[in-house]
Amino acid sequence: MGATVHEVNGVPLRAGTSRWRRALAWAPVLTMTVFLLPVVAGVVGTLLPAFGYLPALGGGTLSLEPWRTLCAQPGFATSVLLTLSTGFAATLLSVVLALGLCAFAYGRPSARRLGAVLAPLLSTPHSALAIGLAFLVAPSGWLVRALSPWLTGWTLPPDVATVGHPSGWPLVVALLLKEVPYLVLMTLGALNQVPAARQLDVARSLGYGRSVAWLKVIVPQVYPQIRLPIYAVLAFSLSVVDVALVLGPGNPPPLSVLAVRWFADADIRWYFPAAAAACLQLVVVAGSMVAWLGLERFVARATRGWLVAGGRGGAAASATMLIASVCGLLFVLAVAAIVGMALWSVAEQWRFPDALPSAWSVANGVRRLSGLATATWQTLGIGIAATLLALVLVLACLENEARAPRPPGLGSLWLLYVPLLVPQIAFLFGAQVLLVRLAWDGAFAAVIWVHLVFVLPYLFLSLADPWRALDPRYARTAASLGASPARVFARVKLPLLLRPILIACAVAFAVSVSQYLPTLFAGNGRVATLTTEAVTLAAGADRRVIGVHALAQTALPLFVYLAAVIVPAIVYARRRGMERWG
Amino acid sequence: MSESQHGALRLTQVRIELAGRELVPALDVVVAPGECVTVMGPSGCGKSTLLAFISGALDAAFRATGSVCVGDEDITRCAPEQRRVGILFQDDLLFPHLSVGDNLSFAIAAQVLDRVERGQRVSRALAEAELPGFEARDPASLSGGQRARVALMRTLLSAPRALLLDEPFSRLDAQLRGDFRRLVFRHAAERGLPTLLVTHDPADVPPGGRVITLDDFVK
Repeated sequence: MGATVHEVNGVPLRAGTSRWRRALAWAPVLTMTVFLLPVVAGVVGTLLPAFGYLPALGGGTLSLEPWRTLCAQPGFATSVLLTLSTGFAATLLSVVLALGLCAFAYGRPSARRLGAVLAPLLSTPHSALAIGLAFLVAPSGWLVRALSPWLTGWTLPPDVATVGHPSGWPLVVALLLKEVPYLVLMTLGALNQVPAARQLDVARSLGYGRSVAWLKVIVPQVYPQIRLPIYAVLAFSLSVVDVALVLGPGNPPPLSVLAVRWFADADIRWYFPAAAAACLQLVVVAGSMVAWLGLERFVARATRGWLVAGGRGGAAASATMLIASVCGLLFVLAVAAIVGMALWSVAEQWRFPDALPSAWSVANGVRRLSGLATATWQTLGIGIAATLLALVLVLACLENEARAPRPPGLGSLWLLYVPLLVPQIAFLFGAQVLLVRLAWDGAFAAVIWVHLVFVLPYLFLSLADPWRALDPRYARTAASLGASPARVFARVKLPLLLRPILIACAVAFAVSVSQYLPTLFAGNGRVATLTTEAVTLAAGADRRVIGVHALAQTALPLFVYLAAVIVPAIVYARRRGMERWG
Repeated sequence: MSESQHGALRLTQVRIELAGRELVPALDVVVAPGECVTVMGPSGCGKSTLLAFISGALDAAFRATGSVCVGDEDITRCAPEQRRVGILFQDDLLFPHLSVGDNLSFAIAAQVLDRVERGQRVSRALAEAELPGFEARDPASLSGGQRARVALMRTLLSAPRALLLDEPFSRLDAQLRGDFRRLVFRHAAERGLPTLLVTHDPADVPPGGRVITLDDFVK
C-alpha cells in the first residue's frame, strides 16, 4: 500500500509524440466544424427570408407574407401531397424490397456476389439513372420501340403520359433503382455485427424456413442498425430535386422542385416564398421521420404475436421469392437504362418504331464527348479535391479515435448523418445567401466545400468499420518493434487498409459526381459539372447529346470504382494474406 | 550474434483494475536477465492485460498503478515504441502486405542506415530460423511453424531489452510447439533477455522456471 502510485492512463508521452497527438485531438472538432457549419448556417439563412427577413433584397421586417404567398399558390396542396406520396412510397418499397431480397438471398452462394453486382449501380449518379429510365419508359422510349409495331401496332409514339405522370410513379421507380441496392448493402454490412449465420442455423433446425427465419430472427436485430440509413433514404426521397426534374410531374411539381424553380426566378420577389417552401420541406421531412418512427412502433407491436406464434411459414418463402423477382426486374431496368443511354450516345439516326438505331456514329459520339471537356475536368477536379480533403479529415478522426481514451458514442453517428437527414434545399438556400454576401458564390472552393459536406459522411461511414475492425495487435506489435505512431500509421495501417481506403474514396467520389443541387447553388450556376449539364439538358435537348452526358456521368465514377478494386489487387498480387481485407 | 547483457525486468506493486474489479493485485516480480517467469491462470484473469500494461498498450478502460523497470530505467511512462519490450502473440501477426524479408527489416532500427548491413541482418536471422533465402516470400505462403519462427526473429531483430510471450505456442500443433518453445527459450537465454510468459498450459513452463499463478492473488 505504501508503494509509489503512478497514474498510467493519459501517459505523458515524449515531446514529438505529444505534439502529433495534440494536433490529432483537434481532428474531430475541425471535421465537425467543416461539415456542419454550412448546414447550420444554411438552415438559419433559409429560415430568415422565409419569414420575410433579408435586408439585401429589401426584406427588413419579419412577416408571414412569404407563407401566405406559398399557400395561395395554385396546386400548392397537390405539391405537398405529391412530395409525401412519392417519398413514402419510395421509402416503404425500398425497405420492403431490400429486406425481402436479403431474406431470399442470405446464405445462398449467389449472395456472395450480390455486393459486387450492386456496388457499381451505387456509384451511378441518381440523375443518370433517371435520364436512362426516361429514355426507357417515355412514350417514344426504348420499351415501346421494342414492342412496336409488332405487338402494339403503334407506328407513332402513343399519346400517354409516362415521364412526368401526375402520380409521380416514374420518380418512385428511379428512386428504387438506387435506394434498394443502397439498403441491401447497408443490411449486408450490418449483418456482420450480428451472429446471423449461426442464429439462422438454429432457427432452421427448429423447423423454420430460410426466409421466415430471416424475417423473424434477423430483421428485428438488423433493423436498428439500418435505421439511420433508412431515415436518410426517407429524407432523400422526400426532397430529391434532380430526379424529380427529369421524371417528376412539372405542374404542380414536388415541393422541392417548386422551391428551386422560384429561387431561380428572375423576379427576386419570389425569393421569399421560395425560402418558405424550403423551410416547409424541412418541416415535411422532420414530420415524416416522426411518422416513420410511429410506423416502426406500430409494426413492431403488430408483429409481436406473429413472431412467436410458431408459424414456420410457407407463405414467407413465396413472398420473398416474389420480392427477389421484383428486385431482379429493377436490376434489369437499371442495366437497360444505362445501355439505352449508351446506344443514344452513339446513335446517328433512330426513328420511332425501330428497336435499334438505323445509323451509328461513334465518331459523332466522340465529337460530342469532346464538347464535355470543361465539365469533365471540373467534375474531376471538384470530386478529387473534396474526396482528398474528406479522406485527410476522416483518417485524422479515426487515428485520433484509436488513441483517444474514450471511443465515440452514438451521438457522433447522428451528427454524421445530419447532412443526409436535413433536406439539401433547406440549407443550400441559406448557404448560397451567405456565399453571395461573402462574394464567394461561384467560387470553385465554395463548390468543393459544399460537396465535402456530403462526401465526408459517406467516406467516414464506409471506412470506419474496416478501420475499427483491424486487429489492434498489428499496431501493438509494430510499436513493440520500435515503430512510432506515425510510422505505424504510414507503414502498417495505411497499407493494410489500402483496399477499404480506396473503396471509400471511390464511394466519396461517386457522391461528389452525383451532386446536382449543391453544385448549382454553391456554384451559383457558373460551375458546370457533368451532372448539372446532364440535368439541364434533360429538359429537352437532343437525346443523342443527353445520352453522351449521362453516359460520361455514369462512366467517370465507375472507372474510379474499378480502379479502387484493381489497384490493390495489382499491388498485393503476391500477398495472399491481403485477401482477407477484400 | 551476441547482444550485450540486459538488466532485469522489475514489476513493482503493479495493480490493474477494470471498473472497480481488481484484475492484477499488487504484483512484485523481478525477472533476472535470461530468466523466464511464467504467469498462469484461467482465461479472463488478466494475464494478457498485465502484458499490455508492461508493453504500454493498456486500454484506457483499465486503471493501473505501479511501475515497470528494465535495468535501471523506469519505463512505466514511456510510449510503447520507446520501451524496447518485444512481444509475441498467439498469432504470428506478420504484416500481410510485406514480404518475409521486409517484415524483418521493419524491426531493424532506422539508425542502421546501410542497406547491405540491413540485408545481412535479415539473411542471418532467416538462416537462424532455418529459413535461408526466404526474403522475397509472401508470409501467407509459409507454414504455421515457419511463420512463428519469422515472428520470433522479427522481435529479436528489434533488439528488445525484455521479452513478453502471450501464449505464443498455443496455435501450433504438439510437435511444432515443443520445437518452437525450445527455440524461443534458447534465443531468450542466449541474449540474456528477461522473459515473461503468459499461458494456461503447464507444459509451456520451461524446466525449472518460476511460476506465478494469478488466481492465488484473488481472494
